[in-house]
Order: sequence, then C-alpha cells, then structure tokens
Amino acid sequence: MADKLRNQQQLESLAARYIGTGTSDTTKFEFTSNMARDSLASYVGHPPMLQYMSIGLGQSKERTRIQMLERMVRPVGNPPEQQD
Amino acid sequence: MTSFSTMSMYALTVQSPSATQEALVGDFCGNGKQQILSANGSRLALLEVSRRQKGFHEIFSQDVFGIIRNIAKFRLAGGTKDMIAISTDSGRLVTFEYHPAENKLATLHFETFGKSGVRRVVPGEYLAADPKGRAIMLASIEKNKLVYVLTRTGQMDIAISSPLEAHKPQTLVHYLLGLDVGYDNPIFGALELDYSSSETDPTGEAYEVLEKELVYYELDLGLNHIVRKWSEPVDRTSNILFRVPGGPNAPSGVLCCGEDNISYRRMYNKSSDIHRLAIPRREGPTEDPNRTRIIVSGTLYTLKGGDFFYLLQTEDGDVFKVTFDTAGGVVNSIKIKYFDTIPVATSICILRAGFVFCACESGDRILYELEALGDETDDPEYSSSQFPTDPLASFAPPFFRPRPLKNLTAVETIASLHPIMDMEVSDMTGEDAPQIYTVSGTGARSTFRTTRNALQVLDLIESPLPQQATGVWTTKLSTEDDTDTLIILCLLSRTLVLKIGEDVEEASNTGFLDDVITLGVQQFGEDCIIQIHPRGIRHIRGLRFPDDDSAGEHTDLTDWSVPPHRTIVAYAANNRQVAIALSSGEIYYFECDQDSSLAKADDEISLEHTITCLAMPDVPEGSVRSYFLAVGCSDQTIRIYNLSPDQDNTILVNISLQVVSAAPSALSICYMRDRSPQGYSQYLHIGLRSGIYIRSTLDEHTGEIGDTRRRFLGPAPVRFARVTAAGESAILAMTSRPWLSYTNPRTGSMATTPLANQTFDAAWNFEGSSFKGVICVSASELRIFAFVDLANNTTQESIPLKYTPRKMIGYPEQQVYYVIENDGNTMDAVTQAKLKADEPNGFKKEHESENGDAPDADTNEDDLPAADFGHPRQPGHWASCIQVVDPVTEKAVVTTIELENNQSAVSAALVPFESQNNEVFLAVGVVSGLTFSPAFKFAGASIQLYKVSDDGRDLKLVHETEVDDAPLAAIPFKGKLAVSVGADLCIFDCGMKNLLRKAQARKCTTNRIVGITSQGSRLVVSDQNQSVTYVVHKDLIHPNRLIPFADDSVSRWTTCAEMLDYDTTVGGDKFGNMWIVRCPPKISELADETIDGQHLTQEKGFLGGTANRLDLLMHYFTNDIPVAVQKTSLLNGGERVIFWAGLQGTLGAMIPFQSRRDFKMFQSLELVLRNDDKPISGRDHLAFRSYYTPCKGAIDGDLVERFLLLSRDERDSVVAQIVPQAGWTSDSVEDAIWNMRAMYAF
Repeated sequence: MADKLRNQQQLESLAARYIGTGTSDTTKFEFTSNMARDSLASYVGHPPMLQYMSIGLGQSKERTRIQMLERMVRPVGNPPEQQD
Repeated sequence: MTSFSTMSMYALTVQSPSATQEALVGDFCGNGKQQILSANGSRLALLEVSRRQKGFHEIFSQDVFGIIRNIAKFRLAGGTKDMIAISTDSGRLVTFEYHPAENKLATLHFETFGKSGVRRVVPGEYLAADPKGRAIMLASIEKNKLVYVLTRTGQMDIAISSPLEAHKPQTLVHYLLGLDVGYDNPIFGALELDYSSSETDPTGEAYEVLEKELVYYELDLGLNHIVRKWSEPVDRTSNILFRVPGGPNAPSGVLCCGEDNISYRRMYNKSSDIHRLAIPRREGPTEDPNRTRIIVSGTLYTLKGGDFFYLLQTEDGDVFKVTFDTAGGVVNSIKIKYFDTIPVATSICILRAGFVFCACESGDRILYELEALGDETDDPEYSSSQFPTDPLASFAPPFFRPRPLKNLTAVETIASLHPIMDMEVSDMTGEDAPQIYTVSGTGARSTFRTTRNALQVLDLIESPLPQQATGVWTTKLSTEDDTDTLIILCLLSRTLVLKIGEDVEEASNTGFLDDVITLGVQQFGEDCIIQIHPRGIRHIRGLRFPDDDSAGEHTDLTDWSVPPHRTIVAYAANNRQVAIALSSGEIYYFECDQDSSLAKADDEISLEHTITCLAMPDVPEGSVRSYFLAVGCSDQTIRIYNLSPDQDNTILVNISLQVVSAAPSALSICYMRDRSPQGYSQYLHIGLRSGIYIRSTLDEHTGEIGDTRRRFLGPAPVRFARVTAAGESAILAMTSRPWLSYTNPRTGSMATTPLANQTFDAAWNFEGSSFKGVICVSASELRIFAFVDLANNTTQESIPLKYTPRKMIGYPEQQVYYVIENDGNTMDAVTQAKLKADEPNGFKKEHESENGDAPDADTNEDDLPAADFGHPRQPGHWASCIQVVDPVTEKAVVTTIELENNQSAVSAALVPFESQNNEVFLAVGVVSGLTFSPAFKFAGASIQLYKVSDDGRDLKLVHETEVDDAPLAAIPFKGKLAVSVGADLCIFDCGMKNLLRKAQARKCTTNRIVGITSQGSRLVVSDQNQSVTYVVHKDLIHPNRLIPFADDSVSRWTTCAEMLDYDTTVGGDKFGNMWIVRCPPKISELADETIDGQHLTQEKGFLGGTANRLDLLMHYFTNDIPVAVQKTSLLNGGERVIFWAGLQGTLGAMIPFQSRRDFKMFQSLELVLRNDDKPISGRDHLAFRSYYTPCKGAIDGDLVERFLLLSRDERDSVVAQIVPQAGWTSDSVEDAIWNMRAMYAF
C-alpha cells in the first residue's frame, strides 16, 4: 500500500514539474492545448524555424515571435463547459 | 556478426551560417578594447572592429554543437574583462572566459538545470544578467525561472550558487531583463502573462480581460532568495524591455515597448510617473497613416558623464533616438526623434569607437560609422508630454518623413547569404570550377548572388603595355633598398626596363641587354643585378639613378656566355647563388664572391635528361648560402642536390629524389608558416605539366622530401611565383587560372585557393613603398594587386532583386536565371505608382513651403530606394514578379515582369515542349489572394506560360490556364510539364490556348505537393509534411497513368529533394534534418516491369499510403533548414558530392565515403572526439546530431575537423584510441581529414 502511495506521489510531483504529463483524466482540451503550446514554444525556440515562418509571413522575426506567444495564451479556443 | 550500412556520408560545412541570433558588445579579451560577440546558428564568434584595419576582423569562432538560443555577458565588480554566458538546448547554463593568448574559450561554470532540447518549460529561452554581474536569470517561455548567484572567491575564481527558483505556473514570459539598480539587490524585470483564468472560463470573457504584467523579481543577496517584489499591468502588446541606467542620480527602471508604445516605468511608480511615447509613423502617399509599429530591436548607449540614449528600431527599419530629460534621478519626460533607417536587425551594437554594428535579419551584416548623434537634423521631435499614458486613449499620432542616412555612414559589410531561398551549383561562365548561385534575402533587400571559391584581391594599378609581355620581374638595386625600383618586362622578342618613381617610366642606360628574351632577373650581392638570358648572364654592378629620373648609370658590366651551341633553359637564383641549366643537361653553379661578382664552382651536374626547372631557396638569415638546389627533369623526377659542403667537402651531391606523375614544369622552395613546433617549415612546391600541384616539406637539414599533398589546379603546366600575401610568404601557382598556396591565418593550415577574376601569364612579387603585392602581366596589360584577407576563401557578387525570391530556374545555354519573387502584405508596383501619381500636389507644396529653405532635400523623398526603406505595406496584398537575371555578362537583372491582381508566383519550370519543336517555355505557377494563416487559402490558381526568346532574356505571355488548386511545384518531364495541383500530380502539354492535361494522379500525396524531381519515367514527389512519394509514369497506354508506388514511413516536412540515383533520394526538412531514402530494389524493378502498371494499381494501400515503403539510409540534423540540395561536383575534376544550402546561410557538403578503411577511421575518430573534445555548450554531440531522429549513416565533419585544432599531445592520445591495428598515425589522420575537404569541397 505504501508503495502505491509513493508511486502516486512521485507521479504527482512529476506531473507538476513537467506540464502536459497526461493522466487517464486528461481532457481533449487539455491535451490539445498542451500540444499546441508545445509546438508554438518550439517554433519560437528554434531560430531557423522562426526565421522560416517570418519569411513566409513577410514580417520581422520579432513580430512572428509575439504572434506565436500570443497564440499560446488560448491556442485551441475556449475551454468546454464543465459538466458535473 | 557486425552489419554495415551500405552508405555513409561525411557531413561538412563549407560555409557556416551567417544569420545572427544575437550579437553584443563587450570587452572579452580584457585589453580595454571592445569586441562583438555574435551567435550564428551553432557558432560563437568574436569580431573585432578597428579603425586601423578599416573594418571587421574575426578573432575567434567555434562551433558549440548546440542550438544557441541566447547569449549574455557579465563582469564581476573589480573584473577587467567580460565573461560570456550562453543558453543552448543543452539544459545547462554554461559560462566562458575567453583567453586571447591561447585563443580559446575556457568553461567557467557548467550548471545542469533541466532536460535537453528546446522545450516549453525548460529554461533557456530567456537569459538575463545583472549589469553588475552578480546574478544570472534564465527563464523558459512558460512557468520556470531560475536565478544563479555569482560571487567572487579568491582572486580569480567566480563561484556560482545552486539555482533559486521563481516558478509561476500557467504564466508566459515575453521578455526578461536584468535591471540596473546600482549596488542594491539585483532586480530582474519580466513581461509576463498569466493565462490561468482564461483556461477555466468557457465563456471567453476572462481571455478578453487578461493583462500582461511587468513583474519585478528581487534577488535578496542577504537572505539568498528571490521574491516577486512588485508587478503592474502594462499594455497587452508589450514585447520588449530596455534597461534604464540606475545607481546614484540615475533614474533606473525600464523602457517597456509595445505596439505604438514606448513607456518609461519603474518599480513602485504611480501612474503619473509613467511617461509614454507613441512610435512615429511614416508619412507618404503609399503609407497607411493608421498602421502602428512595434520595436524589434535596439540598444542603450551610455555616454561619458552619465548621459544616455537609446536607438530603437521598428519593424520597418526606422531607427529612433530616445532621450531622457532627467533631474537628479527623476524623469521629467522622454523624447523621441527619427534617427536613420537601416535594415531590420536582430541586434544593434554601438561601439565606443563610434561604430554601429547591425546584425541584419536578412542579408549582409553592416558596420556603420556614427557621424552625428542626431541632434542636428531637422526631423520632428516628440515628447512624452504630448501623449497620454494609456495607449488606448486617443492622441494625435506622430509622423515623420523617412530620408536617406544622415547620422550614419555605412563603412563595411560582411557578405552574408542568409536567408538563402534557393541555390544551384552550375558552371555558367565556363570557368574551371562551378559557381554557386543563390537567391537570398527578403523583401527589397533580396539579392541574387554568385559565390565562388576564390580569394578576393584588391586591384591597385592597371596600365596598358606597348606589346604583349610574357614575363615580369621586379628588383631592388641593392640589398639595403626596402622597395623595388625596377620592373623588367620580357616582351615577345626584347626586354623592357621600367623604373618606379613618381610614375612608372621606361629607364635608359640601365645596362640590361634589351634585345634578348629575359629568363630571369635577380638582385645579386651587395649592389649588383644579374640578368639571365638564353645566351648567358649579364652582371650589372652599381646601377643607380643619380637624378631620380629614368636615366641610370652603372659602374661595370660583365657578361658570362654559355658554351657554344647551348642555351640556358632554366635558372634558379638568390642573392648569393645562381644555378643555371643548359640545354645539354648540365647545371652550372655560381656563388657570389667578396666583391659581389659571379664565381663559377668547379663542380657541375650533368644529367642525361632534359632539365625543365630549377629552384633554390633564399639565403637563410645568418648563412652565406642556401643549402639545397631542386632540379626537375623530364624523366618525371625531382632531385635535390646539396649546395653546402658535406662531410666529404663536396657539393652538388644528389641527396634525395622524388618521382612524380608527369614532367615537372616549375619548382619553388620557400619557408611558410605552418603548425609545426617552430612555426615555419621549408616547403618544396612542384608544378607538373599535367596541371598538378604538389606541395611537400623539404627537411632543412637532411633535404628529405616528405608530407606530400597533391592537387589538380587546371589543364595547363603549372608555373610559380613567390609572393607576399597579407604579410606572409605564399606561392602563386599559375595554370589555366592562378591559385594561391598560402597559410590560412585563422587555422594555421595550408590552403590552396584560386584568385577571383584573374587570369595572367606571368607574375612576380612587388614591394612598393605603400604596399606589398603582386605584379602581373596578362596579354598587353600590366597590373598590380594585393591580397586583402586570406581568412575568407569565397568571394561573392550580388545583384539586387525586387521582392523575396522563391525559386530560381537556370537556363545554362543562354547563361541566365529566371527568378520568381513575391512578397506578402506588400503593395504592388502598380498601386504604388497610382498612389504616388494621385498624391495631392497641395500636400507636397505645403511641405515645401514649411521647409522652404531646403527644397532639394525633399524633392527625392518620394523615390526613396526600396532596398533601404522597404516596400510599402498593404495587408492581405501580394506583390510579385518574374525577373530574368544575367549573372555572367551584364551582371544585372535584364527583364522584370510584374504580376498584377494580387497574384503571386509560386513555382516555375523551364520546359522545352516536344509538341512545339522543343521550343523553350517558362511555366509559372501563380496563385492569387494567398493567405497562410489561419489556413492555406487562395482565391484562384493558374499556370502562366511564357515564351522564352532565343537569347533567353525576354518573356512573352502565351496563355494562362486555370487550375483547381495551388501549383506549388513544376518541372519539365519528358518534353511536357509536370505540375502539382494541390495534392494531385498532373502532366500538361502545350496547346494553342491552354495547357492540355495528359495524365493525372489524384491525391498523389496526403496534403500538398511542394516539390517534384524526376529521372526517366520516375517522379519523386515531395509532400508538405509526408516526405516523398515515388511515382511511375506509364506513357505507353492510353490514357497515360501516373501511379504512386512507394512512400516513406516517417512524416518529413520536406523542403527540398533531389534524386541521387534512380532509387535514392536526398532531401531536407523544415526541422533542419537531411536524409536519404531509397526504394528497395525489388519494388523499384517491379514498378518499371509492366507497360500498363496494372499490378501497381491493384496493390492494396498500406496504412493510408501506397503499398510499399522506402528505406532510410541516412539521417543527420544540421541545425539549419535545408532549402536546396543538389548532387554536384564542387571542384574541377572533383568527385560528386551532395551540396546543400540552408536558410540561415549555411552551405554544406555531404561526401560519400569510398573506402571502408577511411570510414572506419573516421567513425572511431568521431567516437573518440565526442568524448575527448566535448562540445563546449554542454550538449551531447550525438544527441545534438540526433535531435529529432537518431543520426544514421553520417559522420560529422565539423566535429572531426576539431581534431586539427588539438595540440600535438592531444592528437596523439586521440589517435592512440582509434583502431590501433589499422596503422593510422597522427599525421596520416590529419592528412585524411584535409583530403576530405580538399578533394571534394573547399
């Protein structure tokens, strides 16, 4: 029993540390927003990719960076209504 | 049992990326001067800018084998130099100190904090250092922030604490800055956005009211913890912060910039303390007065005495000067004034020496000189008192008129290829080696560039000659002279002597024989000159020019004649020795006696073979003679004879012999700088009739020949001239074109590079009073040039283009390129012209009357060059054109065809239509009203067909065919045109009014086809994100069939692909990988077996794709997005390699290994180096090259070449660890590494 508890605690601490760690209760909204945020963070973090997209969009790298970060705020729209 | 992969590549960077992530100024050498530290791709480089050298000089550069995300500098109190901190994808904070003496970076700290890779919550995206060097903060985009405290322990060491955490979940960081607070507790400012409320609100109301906050984190040094001290909401669009100087009598705080907003803020400020400026907008007929700008980069500059100003750049490239009006540390107002317009930069650095370095987002990096601080110009100045603090409140927007540079002057540029949009290697000009053609840049700063492997030379003097010359020499009059006085030219049948004075004029009464062909001239003994001609040697004593005019006088003339019926065929001479070879195979040897006259030695050499060339080194300092004579014979040998008496007191004894592959045509011996312990070694250079150049070391004591390197230079006999290049001795080798064999000043290794734009018949060293260079004759022209920079072995020529180039199509027969260009959100030329014509004249007049005294300053304003000021913007609108570029003869754009109606060209192909008698047409895929965001959408798509004129320089529209989807790829295929239409692959033939579809594969790939290549009946089609699909064309049945039969199992976001052979394809993807896939042979055979391909159509698809899968042969992470790849040879007569170009300006080569033995050595060498020479970024090398997918079948040449930089001991220890039984030594490994570069690339 103690093992199970410890496992549970370890899992929780990991989930807290690495956001996006899924559980059986992860909703579609959580999953997709995490995925979108991870992708957007990757676009911003890899300089060649940010430049590639900036050229495609015809704007400065800083403008693209801001747009990507802004999209991270609400990447997949509003959360669904809570159903009790 | 071990299994071997069938293919392995040696991945080599030919030119490292030029796109700068970040650049900053600091004193990293600790010598009181400033250097620029710049991070390009995975390279860190230190640049020195000096007024004396007139420009840049790279003093250090190293590949860190990691994705550099941010760099910072810090200096602890009392320190004399700046230290470097970098954040990469290694999950570690690494700090360095640069040691100028050893020219290397020493790691100070190496702190692991998280997972490797570029991730959302792993810190590293933001890096900020406290200006006093007491702490470093690292932040991730979301949640995590770490603070490291730096303290000095002892005299030299800097200790780093374990990290303090300041995490805040569900919070995005937009910018991070270390505030200047003097010696108070360090404070970091962060632009944060907490989205947690929006995450739980299904109505979306919370999202609308989310606020961005400026958060101040204080590091309490006493308690050793970090607190979120204060925060205040700021404008939602805020994106960047700048530090405001702090300390006694300085305001401290930040400049917080957002859209149309520059605000001064500080901790605990009241709203009345905030000062806000709006960003001035451009005025002009083509400008939208409501468009707001953001600040993209900028810099703070502190003047002596505590005054400071900012240069802030908008996304248009306009630079504004922001100044503060302060009294006793309290800010009364801030002011903004237009400064100048320079290209959009990622970093702007101001140096104390009065230079401004601009690391441009696209194109050349530029160094400007600061002429003025912008106080004198009459541009309007706006003050914060004019604007409300709240950016949403209404205000009168400020305007300015852009104008040419007034405060800055461009001094120098570093040629930079980034961003490369397309590349082709081709020998358009018919030179020996192919050139690299690239289209690069964005917007109006786009260029078409020709890159060659050649040394840049500086032409100094050019003058015509009365007659064609075949030889040229220069000489001093006596050993005391510093500069050359005479130029001796050998014309077709006579000799011309010129004197260098105020002008160069013909000298008279010099004593030279002028009615013979001269073989050589040498300053001899104290004050004598000898002239060697076929019939003998003339010895001129005491030649001088008493009146400084062209009339000379000499004290004595002596002639030595050859024995009858013989002539001199070769000679070698230095100041004290002469050796001549006669047509009969004898070599006579002379020495200088006490009174500088020629004394013939009793000994002579007699050979059975014809002697083709002789060489003798200069007299070593402190000796009376040089020790060796090299003799080249027609029996394909090089013999070395001694000139200093040996044990038996004899000279002219054959001491070593080298057999070569063809008759030698020239020899030269000289000392050159190298990486040997002494720093210099004696080298024997051998040129062969076959055009091969051989460089060997010649042992100074024993005369043994060793360490031989060969290289084919060109299809003509090689001749040599010893010259001085950039202060070092070098050898000019002349064959079909001239080459320089020299020591690379950066690596200290020997290099051989052709010269740019030069062909000449003869050359000689030239030492003038103001410069040292090379004098050469080509036909009837005399030229003097000097070498500028030996570190850079490529030269570039560039031709400006109009818009961002997307693709280039070569037409080698007519030596032109067709470039399609388009720019989104840009006003096209027609609208621009219309708006400019419509401009109410009243406005213009009004403006003139305002500044009535300076009307000429305004007259050209409407025609500001787009290259400097950019094209006017128009959201949702495309400007596009097709340009014909002639890079060979005119070196310019010859034709421009503008596209109208919001159309943009997206693909092009040059097709000789079989149905039109192989007449050449240019097919251009055109899309109108294209948008990428939120999804790929367009209003209409078509293919335009242009008839290409016979000279290739004109295009005439024949017809336009509408298609259903975007034609993003097109190639000529079997006398027809293969085009992608969305995800369909179609083959068109040319009709009278339309293109006629002959075959079609519906849904050929999953998403959208972005590229096609073909060989025979096979097409390889690349999808936007589903790698490549192999398609077979069955043309013997009706209707024609296009059948996809094999595709890939991994989704690769293909950017470029090229077929290496019928079954193999190399490609690159958007994540920066290069890969090679191959179709299994059985499937390949089956695909071509039947005429109708019936069995292929019957095959069942597998997992939503085709029935068969491709095998992966190679995979390699390059850290740059490959945009073009080609199988080509880079050198004359060289083997073919895979050559690729990356978006950030990388040019790279992938060289296939041809020998199993070499491959095994390189493989184990790479393995050892991964451990023994770990990347300084702290990234694991194997993990870096396997960034997305495990690295396969590729050896990192850049890591392997690090071996060459190791010390002798380190090298030996590395070699001891690699396959000992294979007999590799440190030298042979070094040779093998050099050969990989020299034989395939440059």
